[in-house]
Amino acid sequence: MFAKAIKSAALSAAVAICGALPAQATDLQFYFPVAVGGGAAETIEALTKDYMAQNPGISIDAVYAGSYQDTIAKVITAARGGNAPQLSVALSVDMFTLIDEDLIVPFDDFIKTDEDRAWLASFYPAFMENSQTGGKTYGIPFQRSTPVLYWNKEAFAAAGLDPNTPPATWEEMVEMGKKLVKKDENGNVTQWGVRIPTSGFPYWLFQGLSTQNDVILANSEGNKTNFDDPKVVEALEYLVSLSTEHGVMEPGIVEWGATPKAFFEGQTAMMWTTTGNLTNVRKNAPFDFGVGMLPANKRRGAPTGGGNFYLFKGTSQEQLAAAVDFIKWITEPEQSAKWTMATGYVAPRPATWDTPTMQAYAADFPAVLVARDQLEFAVAELSTYENQRVTRIFNDALAAAITGQKDAATALAEAQAQADAILAAYR
Amino acid sequence: MDRRDWVYGWLLVLPAMVFLGLFTHLPAITTIWNSFFSTPRGRRPKLFVGLENYQRLLDDPVFWKVMVNNLWFALGTIPLSIALALIMALSVQRAFAGRALVRMAYFTPTVLPLIAVANIWLFFYTPGFGLIDQITGVFGLGQSNLLGSPDTALVAVMVVTVWKEAGFFMIFYLAALQTIPPQLSEAAKIEGASAGTVFWRITFPLLMPTTLFVSINAVINSFRMVDHIFVLTGGGPDNASSLLLFYIYETSFRFWDTAYGATLTVVMLALLGLLAIGQFLIFDKKVHYK
Repeated sequence: MFAKAIKSAALSAAVAICGALPAQATDLQFYFPVAVGGGAAETIEALTKDYMAQNPGISIDAVYAGSYQDTIAKVITAARGGNAPQLSVALSVDMFTLIDEDLIVPFDDFIKTDEDRAWLASFYPAFMENSQTGGKTYGIPFQRSTPVLYWNKEAFAAAGLDPNTPPATWEEMVEMGKKLVKKDENGNVTQWGVRIPTSGFPYWLFQGLSTQNDVILANSEGNKTNFDDPKVVEALEYLVSLSTEHGVMEPGIVEWGATPKAFFEGQTAMMWTTTGNLTNVRKNAPFDFGVGMLPANKRRGAPTGGGNFYLFKGTSQEQLAAAVDFIKWITEPEQSAKWTMATGYVAPRPATWDTPTMQAYAADFPAVLVARDQLEFAVAELSTYENQRVTRIFNDALAAAITGQKDAATALAEAQAQADAILAAYR
Repeated sequence: MDRRDWVYGWLLVLPAMVFLGLFTHLPAITTIWNSFFSTPRGRRPKLFVGLENYQRLLDDPVFWKVMVNNLWFALGTIPLSIALALIMALSVQRAFAGRALVRMAYFTPTVLPLIAVANIWLFFYTPGFGLIDQITGVFGLGQSNLLGSPDTALVAVMVVTVWKEAGFFMIFYLAALQTIPPQLSEAAKIEGASAGTVFWRITFPLLMPTTLFVSINAVINSFRMVDHIFVLTGGGPDNASSLLLFYIYETSFRFWDTAYGATLTVVMLALLGLLAIGQFLIFDKKVHYK
């Protein structure tokens, strides 16, 4: 009775408010995370405003939701409270989690015309691997990245190496690394050869090594991992040997956040990190640097990373259609070029790279093309059901091997057993 | 008692009771209730599973690891920060030039948010060009990786905690020291008592109620302060610096396994409840100077 009274009061209030609006606007709420420095948030807000200026019938509330971790927590909490946003950018690897929570809808329902189908087919396949499962598309690539190798040309020249040639293979990386290590009179290292950060989320860069060793960490259904594959073990043994056997990398867990700084300070002559750091390195490196693809072993390889657009359940088809329209617009070459130049994220469609803006940018700064060219060799980032937990198990195993608590084979076999126990429910 | 007084009494405590019930007791009961169910996922509703979550807890090596870590964390931080707080309070109690400055310096870590503190210490600990390595480098020592090694990560986190907490506890000791009548120590000195005797026989016993209060706070904080772990280590390497509350957060809000998170929370509630009751029952009889 009481509830009914409130409802009717709320309804009449809502009607009154709607009536007061000039046009019947479609309201959308859009959550986005920011994971890199610079003007990422301002760029998204500016793009959203541009879109609203062109489409007066649609009003988008762009909400900065913190880190990727914060964003997914907020989205899940809001959706559980029946208050989900219409669209959000979230990690591409959280796709299975969001499906499992029954929170997202595939884009396929909104792909009707040939033009729509062409749009969906126009993204780099490497980015779509993390966006599709079971024949449906759940994510549209937006702020996507991939790790690349940065090297200090001055340090290379000083060590008697060709400053324009980065290592092309695992062996070369070790050989060059040995030449690049510098020690002071006490025998303490002042410059390491290479730095592959292993703190926080070591699986990501490690996936570069495992892919180069020609093995995939998880299947595309997201319910089976290959952590104990001999090739994965071999890749982990190589990573560990960089510190223990070859002495070209700092031992122990190497901090992710301090890596660019260590590179600028000359603490390391080479580093592996995301292409998202490109603008940062360009601004702050006090020496001439090069950007190259990660070295190869059995093949070239790298993971992709970063965030996709998702559509959330719980709102009208009309709102979702408007959201899809916005996503189409923001991934168009012109908008996408602005976004890439502001952040360093890899533009997810080849068409963007053909725009005059991007061509001028790449002519001025050819390093931006390395990440794009590497996409040909890139694979889906590790992603499974209960992704955060499975990834955590894998990270713990990597950390245990890197810090010498367990050997690679034991650590990975244990991780595989734990992952199997969780994923069995999804097969 | 007048009937109307009785009504007023209840009305006066009503707001406090409502809020305490809504935000403390109700969530605690819900947590216990949820620990007997499986985690609901969008496609699977929650099911009653009895004690299955508790069985899983007993079999979970990470749970035992964080419990042991938390024990070491408590043992390492509580006595040390209380002792430091007392020494600091005693040292700034007497008058000397620049006393206000030293007091402020001791208290500064308390004023800073823990996240900011952790970021400062992250720079101290950074291998190669961090403050600690720059200092040890002068003496020809190689670089250290305190946060990146499982043997030292927890200790490094504990140092930050002690640094942060000691100043806070100092304030309570400082206040308590002001209330001790100076005649007592003057009389003792006339009797020929040494400074040590004065401290152990007069000051320390009179500070016991404060020590009880501070130690309860320290115990609670040793389970409650995990903000810096997010910044410093993320619980790594391989859970070497993970604590119970950090694990609860990860389980509930990263893995979204809310039922198991609830089960871990029940353990925490029980532990804190027991510790608080124990401290009051055992120590309360002994702390007051008679």
